Amino acid sequence: MNQEILVAILATAVTAGTPILYAALGEILAERAGVLNLGVEGMMLAGAVSGFIFATKTSSPWTGLLIAMLAGGLLAAIHAFLTVTLKANQVVSGLALTMFGTGLSGYIGKSYVGMPLPVPFHKVSVPVLSDIPFIGPVLFNHDPMVYLSYILVPVLWFFIFRTRSGLHLRAVGENPAAADSMGINVFLTRYIYVIIGGMLAGMGGAYLSLHYVPSWMENITAGRGWIAVALVIFATWNPVNALWGSYFFGGIDALGFRLQTMNVTISPHFLKMLPYLFTVVVLVLVTKRNMLNRIGSPRALGLPYDREER
Amino acid sequence: MKKFNFKVLLALATVLLISMLVAGCGGNSAKEQPASQSEGEKLKVGFVYIGPVDDGGWTTAHEQARQYLEKELPYVDASDYVENVPENPNDAERVITQLVEQGNKIIFTTSFGYMDPTIKVAQKYPDVKFLHCSGVKTAENVGTYFGRMYQARYLSGLVAGKATKTNIIGYVAAYPIPEVIRGINAFTLGVRKVNPEAKVKVVWINTWVDAAQAKDAAVALLDAGADVIAQHHDAPGPQQAAEAAGKFGVGYNSDMSKIAPKAVLTSPVWNWGPYYVETVKAIKEGTWDSTPKYGSFTYWGGLKEGVVGLAPFGPMVSEETKQLVEQEKQRIISGEWDVFTGPIKDQKGEIKVPDGQKLSDQELIEMMWFVEGVEGTIPQN
Repeated sequence: MNQEILVAILATAVTAGTPILYAALGEILAERAGVLNLGVEGMMLAGAVSGFIFATKTSSPWTGLLIAMLAGGLLAAIHAFLTVTLKANQVVSGLALTMFGTGLSGYIGKSYVGMPLPVPFHKVSVPVLSDIPFIGPVLFNHDPMVYLSYILVPVLWFFIFRTRSGLHLRAVGENPAAADSMGINVFLTRYIYVIIGGMLAGMGGAYLSLHYVPSWMENITAGRGWIAVALVIFATWNPVNALWGSYFFGGIDALGFRLQTMNVTISPHFLKMLPYLFTVVVLVLVTKRNMLNRIGSPRALGLPYDREER
Repeated sequence: MKKFNFKVLLALATVLLISMLVAGCGGNSAKEQPASQSEGEKLKVGFVYIGPVDDGGWTTAHEQARQYLEKELPYVDASDYVENVPENPNDAERVITQLVEQGNKIIFTTSFGYMDPTIKVAQKYPDVKFLHCSGVKTAENVGTYFGRMYQARYLSGLVAGKATKTNIIGYVAAYPIPEVIRGINAFTLGVRKVNPEAKVKVVWINTWVDAAQAKDAAVALLDAGADVIAQHHDAPGPQQAAEAAGKFGVGYNSDMSKIAPKAVLTSPVWNWGPYYVETVKAIKEGTWDSTPKYGSFTYWGGLKEGVVGLAPFGPMVSEETKQLVEQEKQRIISGEWDVFTGPIKDQKGEIKVPDGQKLSDQELIEMMWFVEGVEGTIPQN
């Protein structure tokens, strides 16, 4: 395999991983606050369709992106209301959200199917950096949303692990009762991060319809939301790991296609299974390690918080 | 915790209800208009669709044919159609039964996965006629129908063979099933008729719908030197990749030049209208029967019947190429020659179809081998 092909595979891995990365970052925030949101697929679709519609109407992908964030955040707010305020089962509410988002996006996107997008996000080479051999074409010859994710990952990592607000966020996810007694508003915190999580999922969806494809069709995410949910576990709720993980998951298919053009066939079923297989493996490892040293799953994940039950 | 249960259930029920309403609005738009009594004399014809009517591909083609049928035969009421019907037995059976109960006397089920549900419902309603697209099971009142898309693909192969300069043509293929393999082979025969040096590289993506992956596969093919991208996939992703790279493409299902005008040379397309009209007429006149005359199909029309064809050529296609396509089209329509007439070699270079012989319909339906000139493998399960 020569270097040119390797560069192409890695560059595709970045593009293919970016929608998953955004969604996974959002889910990390929500789960760090103790709320499992299985509606990622639905929020991504809502973001993809509304982003596409507004980017078409205004001829500006940035407007589209903004609307996509709003749409994702709006759906997430429904989830927050159901699970935080009404204390509904998070799994059921999340699944309902996915179904809702899938149906809704198909319905409002009907007349936009198969239409070209007037102005998609274009590739912009970063000056100087893109001239670095190997690394330049792999990392710095992309569209603005990829660069945005490069900034977002370290910022989120710093926020979660090194700031006071991040500490509060983790406290709410680990032990809401203790956080509450410290004076942290558990309900508000959960609302905020679930909604921000939804906005990021919306951005992930918009990446598909505004740059990757770029057009709208029903179910454009094709299961990427679920891969993002798996990726959160794979990444042990850490944004930096999510970056590697999403590029790895995204790169698997790209690698499969390239190998086929070189007449090497690996079963595509096997490749499609890999993200989930790795998630199971990581889950086993993390669980074992947890016995010694708890890193990983927020302890209150999936549990509604009820002040009266303290 | 307990006291919240009712509220929670209520809230969840509300969300589910809204989503069902929304999905319902999108799904069954036409079903809500019951045939008025004054039209009671009309012959009711129902349709079951796998996708939305505006998918810009497979289902759109059937929907256009449904409208054509209503226009051509004034005595037909084809207002009952159901979109987005999943291929699982429960949903498909329920929808088909519902269409029968609404008084439809002829029902078209337009996806392979409706095969068993169609047969099952048909047993319960012997006086209703069922037409199942692309299936292999028939019954007294169940006929199967499909189109010889391979003929149109052969013609599109001629265009692609003329357009390529690198002599590498990429082919983004959905699943390794006979229908897709037959199309790849016919396309390759067309390519190599005008350009014996050219090769067709195949990448399997194992999805009908994921546009992003189809695009990635096309990019991989472009990087491997392909300068024309053909596809057997429902979304135009591969054509968009070709356009972005400044290369050419051959679409599928419907005219894909709308989304990639600089790339799309032409697209092999479906045109079910004439068949629907002919079949409904035959059933009404009592001359229809379900015997599988073409392999396992009751009906298998091609260029001659107008069931398949090519979308208008892009401006980059030369007059000479257009004439050649027309000439080959007439040769197929006249019946003097068909695409899979020997001599045809397989990938190893061994003669598979001897000179002058033709593959039978059943051999075409079961085709699981590549012709010479295809680069790629058929995954063995």
